Amino acid sequence: MVGQRRQGLTALWCLAPSALIVGGFHLWPLFYAAWVSLHDWGLAPGPWVGLANYRELARDPLFRQSLGVTLWYVLGTVPPTLALAYLVAELLHQPLRGRAFYRVLFFTPYVVSPVAAAAVWKWVFDSATPPLNHWLARCGLDVPNQVWLLQPRGVFQLAWEVLGGRWPDALSGAHWLAGPSLALCCVMAVTVWTSLGFAAVVLLAGLSQVPGDVLEAARLDGAVGWRLRRHVVWPLLSPTLFFLLIVFTIRAFQAFNQIYVLTPRGLLGRTSTVTYYIYETAFMAGGKGPGFGSAVAFVLLGIILALTALQFRLLGRRVHYGGRA
Amino acid sequence: MKRPWLAHLVLLPLGLAVAFPFFWMLGTALKTLPETAVFWPVPRTPQWANFATVWQTVPFGRYLVVTATAALGVTAGVTLSALLAGYAFGALRWRGQHALFGVYLATMMVPFEVILIPNYLSVLRLGWTNTFAALIVPWASNVFSVFLVTQAFRSLPRDFQEAAMLDGCGHAQYLRRVAAPLVAPALATAAIFAFLGSWNALLWPLVVTDAETMRTVELGLSKFVEAESNNVHLLMAGSVLTLAPVLALFLALQRRFIEGLAAGVKG
Repeated sequence: MVGQRRQGLTALWCLAPSALIVGGFHLWPLFYAAWVSLHDWGLAPGPWVGLANYRELARDPLFRQSLGVTLWYVLGTVPPTLALAYLVAELLHQPLRGRAFYRVLFFTPYVVSPVAAAAVWKWVFDSATPPLNHWLARCGLDVPNQVWLLQPRGVFQLAWEVLGGRWPDALSGAHWLAGPSLALCCVMAVTVWTSLGFAAVVLLAGLSQVPGDVLEAARLDGAVGWRLRRHVVWPLLSPTLFFLLIVFTIRAFQAFNQIYVLTPRGLLGRTSTVTYYIYETAFMAGGKGPGFGSAVAFVLLGIILALTALQFRLLGRRVHYGGRA
Repeated sequence: MKRPWLAHLVLLPLGLAVAFPFFWMLGTALKTLPETAVFWPVPRTPQWANFATVWQTVPFGRYLVVTATAALGVTAGVTLSALLAGYAFGALRWRGQHALFGVYLATMMVPFEVILIPNYLSVLRLGWTNTFAALIVPWASNVFSVFLVTQAFRSLPRDFQEAAMLDGCGHAQYLRRVAAPLVAPALATAAIFAFLGSWNALLWPLVVTDAETMRTVELGLSKFVEAESNNVHLLMAGSVLTLAPVLALFLALQRRFIEGLAAGVKG
């Protein structure tokens, strides 16, 4: 083609704006962060220290705690969101009056300002007299002095105590046995509320792509109800479910906004996820600075990549791509 | 499923539960302070003056101007750069095109946390703290939107371009007159997400601005939440002011939003 050379020149001009920004602010920083993480970089750039930041990180109890919090957060947000969203998507996947209305309704929390949404939730859960306690009392569950977002104790421990048990002192050191803190569970509930509509809309799009003739054929073969779902619908929906699983897991690892607004300074670490910890350690007074913070970020990246690879290995083979040519 | 009432039986309570915080927010924003202790969502007489009070105590007007400027700047940058880069990747043929596109796609995997610190250091070095440049430039292009628009260009018939070129139409003219209108849906999706992302961002403005005059609404509101937890009615009024612009935009363009999103994530 004669125009190849001229096209190359045009492409160069067309790409310049995007490539400058993507290169300068999205790709290059990855390498820069690696460089920073190998330095004793506090308030000012310091000397090369090799892997010292990473070694310090391995011994850092706050990092280990933030990792635990993040894992609870992933477990407490991803499966409930997907399950609830599937329910909504399947109910909306039929000729239904007000379908568009429901779609907008569920989707709204996903688009509006997360801080404004968190502000109202913060008040529902926590104020001198939390509205939640009032409503629970109305429903016959009287918990006058219950605090929610300020409760650092684990939910397993709290449930045990509500049932009249006494939490053994011997276990007081093992935070993970006490479960995620009640405060973290409240944050999880807000997250599920936020992302439910997004997941439902994506699942709904997935459901509408299941070919009608396949469903018809399966029905003629006698597959109805759960059997139809298990053997026909879910396999055909599996690419969408898999996509959502990966995206939500990654997002859960990146959670920051809700935690920043809902709980004061990560409630002594009991609600501080890894991303919150990065913010705290790299940018707040008394933190260890950008060098250490970058090391935390890299370990987080490694964990996300490893987990995504694991999900691909464990589930990737069971994902059925045949239905979407 | 043959029983729609059963669907409504589940969807309606669930939907109301999802919408409830918004009603609660609006109701409280219109209450007097003593009334906020009454847990009934509807105020006796709506106190519209609360909005004026918030507007005067906190420079919300300034916050909104800062946020809107940054969001529009980011949106313009993302749309324009995605149009140009999408054209280069999706409609032109040149050497190294596939390799560079691969690099772009790989960049999409880099999480925000990793680039947060180095980008902050770059902003410091460039002397951009507390400027619009810091809020706009780093996010004025992104891989997701380039990808979206490239796919749109790839789906256009090549004959269009060849015919236009034979008629003596240059690249710039073809792009403006023919191609841009044809890829407009993809551009609109990219624009919506760019706007939303910029408007709702918290961590980045928190890190690169500390002057009150450069606060975004999200940041201003988060400070307000810390300071005014006792004046709940004002806090809720501030929240309403913060989310109203985006909510209005969403309700006006909801079809584009929802379908663009569903199409965008499917690639």
